[in-house]
Amino acid sequence: MMTMWRRIIALTIKEFLALVKDRRSRTVLIVPPIIQLIIFGYAATFDLHDVPYAVYNEDRGVASRELLAAIEGSEAFRPVDYLEKDSQVAPIIDNKGATMVVHFGPEFTKDLLLKRPTELQVIVDGRDSNTALVVLGYLRSILIKFNEQWNIAHGERPPAARLNIRAWFNQNLESRWFIVPGVVGLLTLVVTTLVTALSVAREREAGTFDQLLVTPFRPVEILLGKTLPGLVIGVIEASIIILIAILWFNVPLRGSLAALYCGLFLFLLSTIGVGLAISSIAVTQQQGLLGAFLFIVPSIILSGFATPIANMPPLVQDITLINPMRYFLIILRSVFLEGANVSRLWPNYWPMALIGIINLTIASMLFRRRLY
Amino acid sequence: MNGNVKYPYLRRTEKQDSCSAVRLMRLRGLMRKEAYQIIRDPSSIGIAFLLPLVLLLIFGYGVSLDAKDVPVGIVVENPSSQTESFTAAFSGSPYFDPMTFGNIQDAEQAVKERKIIAIVWLREGFGRDLLSASAAPISVIINGVDANNARIIEGYIQGVWVTWLEQYAASTGQIQKIPVSLEQRIWYNPEVRSRNFLVPGLIAIIMTLIGALLTSMVVAREWERGTMEALMVTPVSVRDILLGKLIPYFILGMGGMALSVAMAVWLFDVPLRGSFLVLFGASALFLVVALSLGLLISTAAKNQFLAGQAAIISTFLPAFMLSGFIFYIGSMPIPIQWFTHIVAARYFVSILQTVFLAGNVWPVILANCAALVIMAVIFLTLVRRRTRKRLE
Repeated sequence: MMTMWRRIIALTIKEFLALVKDRRSRTVLIVPPIIQLIIFGYAATFDLHDVPYAVYNEDRGVASRELLAAIEGSEAFRPVDYLEKDSQVAPIIDNKGATMVVHFGPEFTKDLLLKRPTELQVIVDGRDSNTALVVLGYLRSILIKFNEQWNIAHGERPPAARLNIRAWFNQNLESRWFIVPGVVGLLTLVVTTLVTALSVAREREAGTFDQLLVTPFRPVEILLGKTLPGLVIGVIEASIIILIAILWFNVPLRGSLAALYCGLFLFLLSTIGVGLAISSIAVTQQQGLLGAFLFIVPSIILSGFATPIANMPPLVQDITLINPMRYFLIILRSVFLEGANVSRLWPNYWPMALIGIINLTIASMLFRRRLY
Repeated sequence: MNGNVKYPYLRRTEKQDSCSAVRLMRLRGLMRKEAYQIIRDPSSIGIAFLLPLVLLLIFGYGVSLDAKDVPVGIVVENPSSQTESFTAAFSGSPYFDPMTFGNIQDAEQAVKERKIIAIVWLREGFGRDLLSASAAPISVIINGVDANNARIIEGYIQGVWVTWLEQYAASTGQIQKIPVSLEQRIWYNPEVRSRNFLVPGLIAIIMTLIGALLTSMVVAREWERGTMEALMVTPVSVRDILLGKLIPYFILGMGGMALSVAMAVWLFDVPLRGSFLVLFGASALFLVVALSLGLLISTAAKNQFLAGQAAIISTFLPAFMLSGFIFYIGSMPIPIQWFTHIVAARYFVSILQTVFLAGNVWPVILANCAALVIMAVIFLTLVRRRTRKRLE
């Protein structure tokens, strides 16, 4: 038993040296993930700022000016052009000069003053339909407020009921608070899968795998020697990223760290399992990379990282149940924003543990088959 | 006229001719070698065809921003005909899947357990407040963890509210005055299928991946296996070595592109409003950029492990996050907006979304193609400079 552990530790140290000794591999493991976290933390947002819009105002009355001032006052929009005629509308949208054109008809103010309901026509570039929807949402809020004020100012009855909307866990609906914890999961996934998926293929290509086979190591020991470095690197990498998320991006960490690390450990086990399985199948590093990719990309897409799982078709939703990243993202976001503790996250721990055990078993079976 | 003696430079031309014939032969040889390598290790073919197939299927079905059947909890403290009509408005909406809770505590617990995303809470005095002069408050609580989704749901709830207000006013014999209503037109994608804008963007991401994965390892592999030295002692020039690597993978990549476009049009029903020729030209241009970026990584890394890491980190992730595929570039901080200009996928996403959904809008297409040409020239020059027939 003792000698077994000593051997495993020796192998782990060797793996580490192989990764850390080369200055470039070392940099690749540390610098790009941090730069990416910073860039993505700023870039990955669904909140809109300064969306360019053009105004086509045939009215020029009081009411249209008042409504325009409200739109201009919003941080979400930035006026870029004032159009004079109908024919200018199509080109400015086509050429991406503006994302939105706000059009007031000639009778806008007159209709309003005569208490006739009127319309504000809005044309949005639907090539990016998510942005189009968010733009319309922002505009609708502005319009609801304008209508309310207009009614009050002109002695109309207020609406019978009013909505008081409050958001929990993220009062200002900042998408950064949603995305940054997700990036922690994303980068941990990418780094650990790559480290483990290429580890055996690299030895095989370099010819050192044969040398490993003539040593007294048993297959399990070799496997463990390849697992531990992935685990350690994953934990260190994730910790650094979590620190940056808290200190740099000021994402609140409301739950318990124990709950977070419990999730991280289980997540690492399941991804390392997949990485090693790929590694034992792949003969060349290119095959290993392809395998890693075929695992990483679906894991990200089907995890709820950027788009909600609830929007997927039912069959695809069922597939996400075998994706460890899905559970890890829920854990990350619950711990960061909702203040979750270990006991509340059980429903997310056990599936990951199960997936991890299955993956590692498959990996060790494939591994053993490769050896003999 | 035996001018060859009289005009020595003519002989030179002849020699040059034979030279270019030899060059062509060598290039063909190199390409054949690369082709054998591609055929014998099926992972390249896998990258070109399996990857787009799998990714488009997963992305196409998996990525959607259209929320529907949102589980929402409804708490009615004092049921009456008015509250009835309000909850009926939610049950009738295709966007919501309402659940009734007896009290607010239970509903709040359900939000914490992620069973519902939002609560609509009609308090005790709702019926009385409706009849009073001031507006009756309706409390709405939304789980804001997924901010974008929360905002979309907020919009849906507002929609239900406005419809109900009108109905309610009509039922009480009044006319609800909504001074200005919004008449919205969403061009190019009137039914706002998020798939229509996501699938063209996806093709750009997938092509980025294919381009980088195909070439990022090929030069590094030669260095690692020591066959680069063997290539160096042959008379082939560096340019031919690079071309010999680019051309076969270019053909493979275009095959992958054709597959992706076919899937987009026939499987996902994305309209292709622009011309096929423009699509073909822009794709070829983009593929050159993606392949030469892969080659650049490969020559710089000289080690497959590094090249693989660098390829993923410098191509796929930026293409996913910084290309405008999902996240709107205009909302990013200014320094990051500058940074997106060196992400080639950004231009291709813009071209693809325009060609698929809007048609041949030349100002958009030409501007983005020009950017791609500049990037191709820069990358190819860098690759050419960094590859030398020299051992270090």
